[in-house]
Amino acid sequence: MPRKGRLATRIDEYNALSPRDKRRFIGDWFLDRAMIFIIILLVIYIQIQRPTFLQPASIINILTLTAARLPIALGVAGCIILAGTDLSAGRIVGLSAFVSSIFLQKSGIIGKFLENVGPQPVFLVLLLSVLIGALIGLLNGFCVAKFKVHPFIVTLSTQMITYGIYLTISNAKQISSLDPSYTTDFVTKPLFRVSTTAVNTYVALALIMAGIMWVVWNKTRFGKNMFAVGSNEEAARVSGVNVAFTIIAVFTLAGACYGYTGFIEAARLGASTGTLGLNYEADAIAACVIGGVSFVGGIGKISGVILGVFLMQLIINGMTFLGISGNTTYIIKGAVILIACIIDMRKYLTKK
Amino acid sequence: MRDSALLRMEHVSKSFPGVKALDDVSFTLRHGSVHALMGENGAGKSTLMKCLFGIYAKDEGEIFFEGKKVDFQTPREALDNGVAMVHQELNQALKRNVMDNIWLGRYKQMRANEHLPFLSEKKMYDATKEIFDKLEIPIDPKARMDTMPVSQRQMVEIAKAVSYNAKIIVLDEPTSSLTEVEVEHLFRIINMLKERGCGIIYISHKMEEILRISDEVTIMRDGKWVATKPSNDITMDEIIRLMVGRELTNRFPPKQHDVSDEVVLRVDGLSAMYSNLKDVSFELKKGEILGVAGLDGSGRTELLENIFGSATRKDGRIYKNGKEVFNKSPEESVKNGFAMVTEERRATGIFNILSVKENTVIASLKSLKANKFLLSDKKIRAATNDSIKKLSIKTPSQETRIRALSGGNQQKVVFGRWLLTRPDIFLLDEPTRGIDVGAKYEIYQLIIDMAREGDSIIMVSSEMPELIGVCDRILVMSEGRLAGEVDADNTSQEEIMTLAAKYA
Repeated sequence: MPRKGRLATRIDEYNALSPRDKRRFIGDWFLDRAMIFIIILLVIYIQIQRPTFLQPASIINILTLTAARLPIALGVAGCIILAGTDLSAGRIVGLSAFVSSIFLQKSGIIGKFLENVGPQPVFLVLLLSVLIGALIGLLNGFCVAKFKVHPFIVTLSTQMITYGIYLTISNAKQISSLDPSYTTDFVTKPLFRVSTTAVNTYVALALIMAGIMWVVWNKTRFGKNMFAVGSNEEAARVSGVNVAFTIIAVFTLAGACYGYTGFIEAARLGASTGTLGLNYEADAIAACVIGGVSFVGGIGKISGVILGVFLMQLIINGMTFLGISGNTTYIIKGAVILIACIIDMRKYLTKK
Repeated sequence: MRDSALLRMEHVSKSFPGVKALDDVSFTLRHGSVHALMGENGAGKSTLMKCLFGIYAKDEGEIFFEGKKVDFQTPREALDNGVAMVHQELNQALKRNVMDNIWLGRYKQMRANEHLPFLSEKKMYDATKEIFDKLEIPIDPKARMDTMPVSQRQMVEIAKAVSYNAKIIVLDEPTSSLTEVEVEHLFRIINMLKERGCGIIYISHKMEEILRISDEVTIMRDGKWVATKPSNDITMDEIIRLMVGRELTNRFPPKQHDVSDEVVLRVDGLSAMYSNLKDVSFELKKGEILGVAGLDGSGRTELLENIFGSATRKDGRIYKNGKEVFNKSPEESVKNGFAMVTEERRATGIFNILSVKENTVIASLKSLKANKFLLSDKKIRAATNDSIKKLSIKTPSQETRIRALSGGNQQKVVFGRWLLTRPDIFLLDEPTRGIDVGAKYEIYQLIIDMAREGDSIIMVSSEMPELIGVCDRILVMSEGRLAGEVDADNTSQEEIMTLAAKYA
């Protein structure tokens, strides 16, 4: 009922506009949804070129990879909404993947990292991974909130520190032969199959996380405060919002997301390596921007983040389908991000 | 044929969403004269000048400069053609030095060799020095801007306008931060420019100054031209009458509130850590509207910020209903029943890109929950709806971004935000700044209504008629100190001005 009322007022608003404003309104409507149209056009194009594209196997594949990349993007998105960023994401993923792996390596294998420690309870290790991420996130948030250092600098530093910690402990040693209780019995366990392609546990977990984040963003005081701080920090302070707490909490939550991602990634890939997590933050930030989470601050939607991660994955898979080399894919990815940002800024510019 | 007028603006109109800022305004400036432009805030003076200067594109009308039709698209174009403007808000690169600022945009002229892209510091220094000497400005061209007081920065800006060899110089509130000696200096410069045949457009609120320096006065009101008269043929009363457009009594709603004897707030020896606010003590009674007057920089805003905890206090105590409160942060102050409407609405009041709904509920989310964790959309929408109705906020919907609203409606949303937190002490800093006349009346009514319901209000304003018209008592600040207190019903602007200059 209220929804219908809102639609009716929208229509009244539209009818009240002058012809020139009507044209602008329609133009803006399409611009606001530019990414969806690009996705549709891209899918149609690839489908025409390679009729095998739209088949359950490849669709599930794209969705699965989207799910793998989603949690980290959900974390980064909060930092971007605060008009900041988080460069430490990828390395936190790497560190927590390493920690997860060493505690969940099979017993009795040659070259086991922790020789006397058998596989630990999976949920305990998951908790530990999340905690490690949250802790580094807390450090990020604290420096941003209390010392007013720009998030770019803070997270650039913690990115290096985190990687350094990882290297010091691991000597960049690859940790493989992970325990089945961690991999095939949990993270990569098929929940059900679509034709012959399996849908794994972590896909469902990513969906649940997106749902939780949606509630946090839209239905809690913390979420509203986050948008307010991102939109106008000073006005938020004057309105009685605890700005420092909000910033610290957003970064901590983001860190927890990366920690979780690390836990999933090691199991998904079957090993922790020195390059695990490398540049994940770049992809996540790009996905957020494509999905309309604006660097202006204060703007972003969960649906946008999901769409952004999906589009990135679609481009990568689509390029593979079209037989375009990985090298060229980088150029196309970069161009898409740039165009998305240009469209985004156009929306928020104050016109004179 | 040479046009007798230096500048003619004819039938200029300009609209912003929801406001007609300029409505068929014409304006003529003669060679070698000073033409004052007067009107209340929001009358359209600055907008008219911004249309001339290419900052805004006018919707209708024509502009003739020395008889030739012009339509400057950018400030740069205006400057190149000899029209310079000294803005009220100084847009300067504060981290750079004086000469960098003067030649900003014209560094090419400052090359050591015109064929090579290297600048000559010496050339810049000498050129700056030459202008300063001519204008008798005692400023080191190498001084960094942020080490200088505002008055000196203003002088730099005026020198910059002169350095363009401008034929027209627009001065927007040039004396607002100048001392008397500096004002005399400025007037000498203006006379110097007049002799050279320059035309000066002088925007100011200060009547005495205008009657002294200007040759003609044009008065605007609500975006319309009202009158143009020779300065020696018009009196202050007449200017006020033309500016206000109605009798002064109609500008303010009747005071229908009663002040009780009960003291709700006692401020004792308040001093600020990082500003000049020093040892301020006063009492605020239940249902009282207490005004705070003073010049810019007299500590008015700082007084509110220190009470509200958005600035760091050095000393002093605050008692609410006889009990000491600390108000260390705005968060704590809100809990203690304080609310603050800030001076810079855009910078610190509204969340530009968020909706009317989000702007309304941000300070009271705690009371709008469905359960311990989640917010209630229903309560949020209902609260916003109440606020829109109660304050008659004109907005297409709750979801409309607040930046699409007019200044007056934005301000009402901010008031609505605070009313939802049910405070009993309102701190208002320039609550009607940048709002058109009709909306001002509504804000006054709102303030009086709040007092009538038993809330207490401290209201800072630089518009003295507003303080006299709305408040019960007025505190006058001077150089960070409390200079005195007057009864609003038995005072005059002169008395307030005298007090405001007490420690200056």
